[in-house]
Amino acid sequence: MRFVDEFREPELIRKAAEEIRRLADPARRFRLMEVCGGHTHAIYRFGLKDVLPANVELIHGPGCPVCVLPMGRIDDGLSMAGRSDVILTAFGDMMRVPGTQGSPLQHKARGRDVRIVYSPMDALKLAQANPDTHVVFFAIGFETTAPSTALTMMRARAQGTRNFSVFCNHVTIVPAIRAILDSPDMRIDGFIGPGHVSTVIGCRPYEWIAADAGKPIVVSGFEPLDILQGIVMLLRQLEHGEARVENQYTRAVPWEGNRAALGVIAEVFELRPYFEWRGMGFISQSALRVNDRYADWDAERRFNVPGLRVTDPKAAQCGEVLKGVLKPAQCKLFGRECTPEHPVGALMVSSEGSCAAYYNYEHRKSPAVIDLASMA
Amino acid sequence: MPIVSARLVPRVRFKDPQIEMAHGAGGKASRRLVEGLFAPLLLDSREGPLGDAAHLRLGPTDLAVTADSFVVNPLTFPGGSIGELAVNGTVNDLAVAGARAEGLVTTFILEAGLPGDVLEAEVRAMARAARQAGVAILGGDTKVVEHGQADRMYITTTGIGRPLSGVTIDVRSVRPGDKVLLSGPVGDHGITILLARGGLDLEADLESDTRSVWPMVETLVDAAGAGVRWMRDPTRGGVATSLNELARDCGLGVSILEDDVPVHNAVRGACELLGLDPLHIANEGQFLAVVAPEHATAALRAVQSTPGGERACIIGEILPQPAGTVLAMTRYGASRVIDMLVGDPLPRIC
Repeated sequence: MRFVDEFREPELIRKAAEEIRRLADPARRFRLMEVCGGHTHAIYRFGLKDVLPANVELIHGPGCPVCVLPMGRIDDGLSMAGRSDVILTAFGDMMRVPGTQGSPLQHKARGRDVRIVYSPMDALKLAQANPDTHVVFFAIGFETTAPSTALTMMRARAQGTRNFSVFCNHVTIVPAIRAILDSPDMRIDGFIGPGHVSTVIGCRPYEWIAADAGKPIVVSGFEPLDILQGIVMLLRQLEHGEARVENQYTRAVPWEGNRAALGVIAEVFELRPYFEWRGMGFISQSALRVNDRYADWDAERRFNVPGLRVTDPKAAQCGEVLKGVLKPAQCKLFGRECTPEHPVGALMVSSEGSCAAYYNYEHRKSPAVIDLASMA
Repeated sequence: MPIVSARLVPRVRFKDPQIEMAHGAGGKASRRLVEGLFAPLLLDSREGPLGDAAHLRLGPTDLAVTADSFVVNPLTFPGGSIGELAVNGTVNDLAVAGARAEGLVTTFILEAGLPGDVLEAEVRAMARAARQAGVAILGGDTKVVEHGQADRMYITTTGIGRPLSGVTIDVRSVRPGDKVLLSGPVGDHGITILLARGGLDLEADLESDTRSVWPMVETLVDAAGAGVRWMRDPTRGGVATSLNELARDCGLGVSILEDDVPVHNAVRGACELLGLDPLHIANEGQFLAVVAPEHATAALRAVQSTPGGERACIIGEILPQPAGTVLAMTRYGASRVIDMLVGDPLPRIC
């Protein structure tokens, strides 16, 4: 299959891994953060840690839009599903994320009208097919998905569809990276930059990371060879003491970003002064909200959402994992109170959550974990 | 080599507050429901792990009995329909228990308002599938519920089969070094259904693989006899779920070479786009078998020589460790765990 097989070619993967071993000075430790949850999943899914030398450590970043939503926002979204005239629509990623009264799937099982859509446009079509109801789209995602939400709202406005609104939870990636760099307990040598987000925002917004923070960042794709090549490029910069923004994912990411996509974001959204991130607290100018011109399609204004702050369960350490301070398995709840079936935090169920990746692909690899044979 | 009896696997308890779709999806929640609630309360005696069919001894005669219900949406899809599934699904459950289907009893639950011609088409599909599989339909029952109380039609079939002699399908006979055989490409049925539902704006040249696997099973058993240790048809939850059940029930590890699992390009493409794993996608015309290593070559040749089994292959083997775990190996020396799915496969956003 084109664009897939050539980036999973075993011989090339072996060569890239060799190059990494050659570059990674054994006297040093290299702590590289993959910002995007898509990278985290690819790393575990393809077993890339197995081919990396022990002194190249990958640290999972906050780039999982489902994971970073605090529980209060989930509750706010679900509060609208409580109304008999509302159909709440969301991406599949959201369906297992726990709110205080259960996940969207559990609300659905109790008879609430919660439906999975594959695109915000499907939610708009649903509204147009059901004029007696109101369809709310639970919008999540970084700059990657914000353009499709914005386009849908522009179409709703153009077509005069009034029974449709968006519960906007779009967040922006750069302030989150800044928060991580500002965090005192974090020592990171370089970043594997987010590939999908960068197809929209381009590479320029990262220039301060290199210039001000002095860290190299390489925007990378999601196939095994993309990630390994991204690591090679980071190690080369580190070898020469450089800190630059580089683009490994040139087949998808234009340096200047996607002007049309940025244009529709600007048409519909504006920056929130601040937004709460799960476990990371309030980060200024880190999220989008619907601007006044689109107020009629803003679910937060049309419905009186409670807007309560809900603190995470005390023992959960989602914030530390999101910031890369803890590895998933170092959380006290991992694999015990918190599993994909009974998640305490969203990181355990999102398709980009690092706990889900670690749980699904990694944690039972070691025979010590469930050694039934030795029990006999 | 310590071999663990399946009885050492920790008992499952059902404490879930409500039934959710995941309880029917064939993964962990289904397991809790069946092994934590139904089995302890309903089964008289439970020896070893639950298989695809129950065995019953009536005087000198051994019988295999199984039941399966079909609630598929849409009712018809490329390559098949609910009526055909209702026959083949049950025939296959008997087949992987090492039994030839001899008779079926069928129950229809019909929603008032179901068009007569839709029902007739499905009954004809059942008759056709039964003829092809060489199984008699012995009788059945019909209930009709109010419009809106069911989704058009549900079919349950109960199958009675005659176990083949000379082979014992028992997961407790599985040993390290045994080979894992797969009958053909995976994921066709599940992806066909997902696309047939029409919500995805994706099209592919793809058909469900629904068919009877009995001819392949019969030649396999002829060729490998007692070398066949275990079989399963990887329906809901896919190959990943069946292999996890195998690993758990035999208390050993299962290792597969992921690149060796045959997958049609259309299925791979859809899975790549939607963030799904072909190993988690349902099949309706494939089976997995664990075969003793000395019989593996003969077993593979036998299945490959059966019409429809041409793409059969050995995808992996049984390991002493890690117990209860399925590992996928790559050609570049890495590995990952393959877990059961929690609930239904849900497409991701990006």
